[in-house]
Amino acid sequence: MAQPATPQTIDPQSAADPVLSARPENRVWKKFRSHKSAMLGGFLVGFFILMALMAPILPIPDPVATDWGAVRKAPSAAHPFGTDEIGRDVLSRLVWGARASLMAGVVSVGIALLAGVPLGILAGYFGGWTDSVISRCTEALLAAPFLILAIALAAFLGPSLGNAMIAIGLSATPIFIRLTRGQVISVKAEDYVEGAHATGLPTHRILTRYIFPNILPPVLVQATLTIATAIIAEASLSFLGLGQQPPAPSWGSMLNTAKNFLSQAPWMALWPGIAIFLVVLGFNLLGDGLRDALDPREH
Amino acid sequence: MLSFLLRRIVIAIPTVILISIFVFGLQKLLPGDPILAMAGEERDPEVIEFLREKYRLNDPIPVQYLNWIKGVLTGDLGISLRTNQPVTELIGEKLPVTIQLAVMALIFALVIGIPAGILSAVKKGTVTDYIANVVALSGLSIPNFWLGIMLILLVAVKWRLLPASGYVPLSEDFSRSITTMIMPAFVLGTALAATLMRHTRSAMLGVLKSDYVRTARAKGLAERRVILKHAFRNALTPIVTLTALLFGELVAGAVLTEQIFTIPGFGKLVVDAVFNRDYAVVQGIVLVTAVGFIVMNILADAAYFVLNPRLRKQ
Repeated sequence: MAQPATPQTIDPQSAADPVLSARPENRVWKKFRSHKSAMLGGFLVGFFILMALMAPILPIPDPVATDWGAVRKAPSAAHPFGTDEIGRDVLSRLVWGARASLMAGVVSVGIALLAGVPLGILAGYFGGWTDSVISRCTEALLAAPFLILAIALAAFLGPSLGNAMIAIGLSATPIFIRLTRGQVISVKAEDYVEGAHATGLPTHRILTRYIFPNILPPVLVQATLTIATAIIAEASLSFLGLGQQPPAPSWGSMLNTAKNFLSQAPWMALWPGIAIFLVVLGFNLLGDGLRDALDPREH
Repeated sequence: MLSFLLRRIVIAIPTVILISIFVFGLQKLLPGDPILAMAGEERDPEVIEFLREKYRLNDPIPVQYLNWIKGVLTGDLGISLRTNQPVTELIGEKLPVTIQLAVMALIFALVIGIPAGILSAVKKGTVTDYIANVVALSGLSIPNFWLGIMLILLVAVKWRLLPASGYVPLSEDFSRSITTMIMPAFVLGTALAATLMRHTRSAMLGVLKSDYVRTARAKGLAERRVILKHAFRNALTPIVTLTALLFGELVAGAVLTEQIFTIPGFGKLVVDAVFNRDYAVVQGIVLVTAVGFIVMNILADAAYFVLNPRLRKQ
């Protein structure tokens, strides 16, 4: 009964076969690997994920432990990145802060995907009134600037990392509704979907077997790029005091305190910014690379 | 042209109504009862009832919405709980500051982004193109509040070239007003410059492949003339549209930029309102920016229409 959406399956032996390796997955992977900047992006993202995961076992001080004997100390052997205004180790806060940033990026985009993709499919596949209602609401939400909407939502929900993620996720939802809707409309017109219709396949099966796998690549690209935006948004909200609450470390809130000690302790402001920059650059490069690798026109 | 614009405006009406419902709904999402907070410690039932009547909170929610929207349409966005000033007045006071910041930022963005985009398209595949792309992607990845902090550190604290923060109204002292605004405008402009560069590049690449550019080259026109007159004029249409659509990014970026450089504008207003739980102000700002964005959208369409002679003839 199970009908594969696309006529490809991978078995380990076929990878070496020159003819079979022209299959889409292999081609995409090959293209992605030859894309230097995408590999750099993958490396950056991987590095930060590893750092976040290994935070508890790395030989670094407690990120919230204060030391009044070492307040705003410049970088040294004991504190390679210096200490902050209440003597906490900046490197350690940086490593633990990766957790908040990556979590915010992934969870908020997860929320946006869970809410946006089904709504987009509904609007695109069924059209008519459903589409009109969903599309008008999407336009209205898109009219409010992303960050303003996130700030307003975070303000109404109350400041915390969880609420910041919800606010960012909801603000990013319309992007995915619009993208999915457009993709579904173009895939719906393909012959194989018409064919599936003609064989009397139930709608939910057409959606899961034929529509969904085919709209996935552009959604994946957008999701990767939106993680970059969401990480900046979380840092911005935390910078404004609307995200991660002290004393838990986050790059945005580290910058918020750092700006008050610019002339005395510039190192406090340097590293969190570089970390945000690198992880966001990583996701942007990865997204660009995925787009090139998955774009059928480029083959 | 006129009928085209009218049609666009009519299409925008349901969107604006929906936005107003969202904004109104935000207030209802609020935990806690604002009246209990206003009634003070004693919570005298009579006072509470009086306040409920006064703010017409006993009406059904749709009626409350209609009352609110009636006010909005006559320019009444409510009263700030914090300063007791009408929200419309507050926004009107702060808006010129942010507009100055936004216009200067846009100038930076256009002056950097468009030439870089043209250059990178013309020199596609060369080192110049590569560098331009790396710089643009970095511009998109740098959190602009951090860039602001770093610039303050270097330009204001270390080199003492420009003031670190503050605001001087244009009408008071023109040149000082511009100099205090240069750094914030640059910070706000960089991300936009990056976006503009990437779009200019792809628009130019599309146009440079077209037949009329080949023809222009074939008839022996100077390369400079081919690029600026034939190619760029045609690539301009999507760029103008995009510039209008950058409005949202400008406003959002202004929130953080104003926070770092302590500029008393629109963005500072919204952040202060958020922390003071001054919800009428937050609502007013979301509504005004959203409607502003829709207006910019319509203007972008109008510009598209004007710049594209093929549409005009229809």
